[in-house]
Amino acid sequence: MDRLKNIIKPENLVYAKTPLLNDATMHYCPGCSHGVIHKILSEVIEELGIQQDTIGVSPVGCAVLAYNYIEIDWQEAAHGRAPAVATGIKRVLPEKYVFTYQGDGDLAAIGTAETLHAINRGENIVIIFVNNGIYGMTGGQMAPTTLVGQVTATTPYGREVDLNGYPLRITELIAQLPGAAYVTRQSVQTPAAVRKAKKAIKKAFELSGKNVGTSFVEVVSTCSSGWKLSPVDSNKWMETNMFPFYQLGDLKDGSKDATDQFTIRS
Amino acid sequence: MGELRLMKGNEVIAEAAIRCGCDAYFGYPITPQSEVMETLMTQRPWEDTGMVVLQAESEIASIHMIYGAAGAGKKVMTSSSSPGISLMAEGISYLAGAELPCVIVNVQRGGPGLGTIQPSQADYNQATKGGGHGDYNLLVLAPASVQEMNDFVGLGFDLAFKYRNPVMILADGVIGQMMEKVELMDQQPRWTNEEVKAISGSWATLGKTADRERHIVTSLDLDSSRMEIHNIHLQKKYQQMRDEEVRYELIDCEDADYILVAFGSAARISQKTMQLARAKGHKVGLLRPITLFPFPEKPIAELASRVKGMLVVEFNAGQMVNDVRLAVNGKTKVEYYGRMGGIVPSPNEVESALYQKLTGE
Repeated sequence: MDRLKNIIKPENLVYAKTPLLNDATMHYCPGCSHGVIHKILSEVIEELGIQQDTIGVSPVGCAVLAYNYIEIDWQEAAHGRAPAVATGIKRVLPEKYVFTYQGDGDLAAIGTAETLHAINRGENIVIIFVNNGIYGMTGGQMAPTTLVGQVTATTPYGREVDLNGYPLRITELIAQLPGAAYVTRQSVQTPAAVRKAKKAIKKAFELSGKNVGTSFVEVVSTCSSGWKLSPVDSNKWMETNMFPFYQLGDLKDGSKDATDQFTIRS
Repeated sequence: MGELRLMKGNEVIAEAAIRCGCDAYFGYPITPQSEVMETLMTQRPWEDTGMVVLQAESEIASIHMIYGAAGAGKKVMTSSSSPGISLMAEGISYLAGAELPCVIVNVQRGGPGLGTIQPSQADYNQATKGGGHGDYNLLVLAPASVQEMNDFVGLGFDLAFKYRNPVMILADGVIGQMMEKVELMDQQPRWTNEEVKAISGSWATLGKTADRERHIVTSLDLDSSRMEIHNIHLQKKYQQMRDEEVRYELIDCEDADYILVAFGSAARISQKTMQLARAKGHKVGLLRPITLFPFPEKPIAELASRVKGMLVVEFNAGQMVNDVRLAVNGKTKVEYYGRMGGIVPSPNEVESALYQKLTGE
């Protein structure tokens, strides 16, 4: 015991939970990616020293209660409308950092219009897009990003293109929008991936402070409960099936486009 | 005396918003109210007062931009017309649930569906009974003149912040499109950051400081017992509105045997009808509800106990007439006359209905 006491001292501390992440018990399932993403998001806000200046917008979906866990001011948006809510906040509080935190159903189905138009306007907000290819909160139904053949509660025989259409690579679509500054796709299934994802989120917030357009970070994620796999098998399934279709990496890096090419000649 | 101008109702909404120190307008074009945003975009108030004006991609986006900016404690406004208000209904329910102040203008047109672009009052039930899902009410102001389009913007913001509740200005295509003389208010400055803090600082998302808990703007609570407590709180607020905010106008009701009840432009037409009937010796008065929620039940009930009948005139299939009947509670005869689908009746037409349904020639 004495030996342990000698070890547990502030000067020996190599890691601590950021105070931005409070002690409320998370409602997320074991193996869910949300917990890790909440953690790195909180760390980024702490490291940038912008807790007082950050306003989060939570979605409808599993992350609807994100506001219970991260110690900042929050607004809870209607389903799909987070980018519009964030636009409203950012336009009247331009000096603040405003981000949305949205799932695939929220961002890429019901909220497609709000997502594309907010980014096309180049709103100086950060969008964090958690893509696990399924509706978790409502019990595992098909998402716009559900892969062909993937079994969900509403595609019990697997997604069929003739019946359900194709999975939507909305991030590729967003990367083409002139108002987007930084568009990247990340994951959090390994320590290395977590570090990369955190770096991307940090960059997104830093760019947001520079008013160069919208920063968009997709995190390809797992949903053990929805996929009906163990957390370990979920990671394997994601690597085998999700990564070939949702390829990781930066899709746009820098700033929104110059206006010349969009401007009338006479 | 403020500045006098000859203006369209819709233009006045925009001018009043700028002059009363509104922080932001988010909207989407729809006939017959597009002049609101056109006027704002022409005036460019962001260069002067700092007011934000943004054309959104839809009415849905507009109302949720309102939600975001209202949640930041600012004075924000949108306007639309009937189909657009239907699209906003979900967002208005969220605003009411999250107790966010804002002003929403509905310049009504005929429905249902895409309907027509001509004037109508067919959104009375939608406006006064909530309009979206859940138990909630808006404070509803019904302007009957271009002057009231001006006055109700400022009044709307006062009430919205007094109750932390959305306020609807329920106009119609007549009031929105017609030109009248209007006395404008002097330019008021927008609230400073300190004023926003003092007014909305206890709940708005202005950024969490070390000296307070985080602020969360939400309409969600998965715990039913807490959700019921929230609902009881909302209902108390609506009761306080009923107790304190009823507004109406009585014209020549003292000696009246018969009362016309009408709001908005139907009240303007009914006022002319009243004059025509009085010229023929009929003692007719007019009660004009100015607040549609809260509804002027008491004055209607009082009149009901001493008049021979009431005629409710509205540009719809008979919506407000139900509220009048509830207030009258069988004490006198209540008849309805109205036109639908964008038809505006003439004073003579209403006069004929008055004789036919109530007074006799």
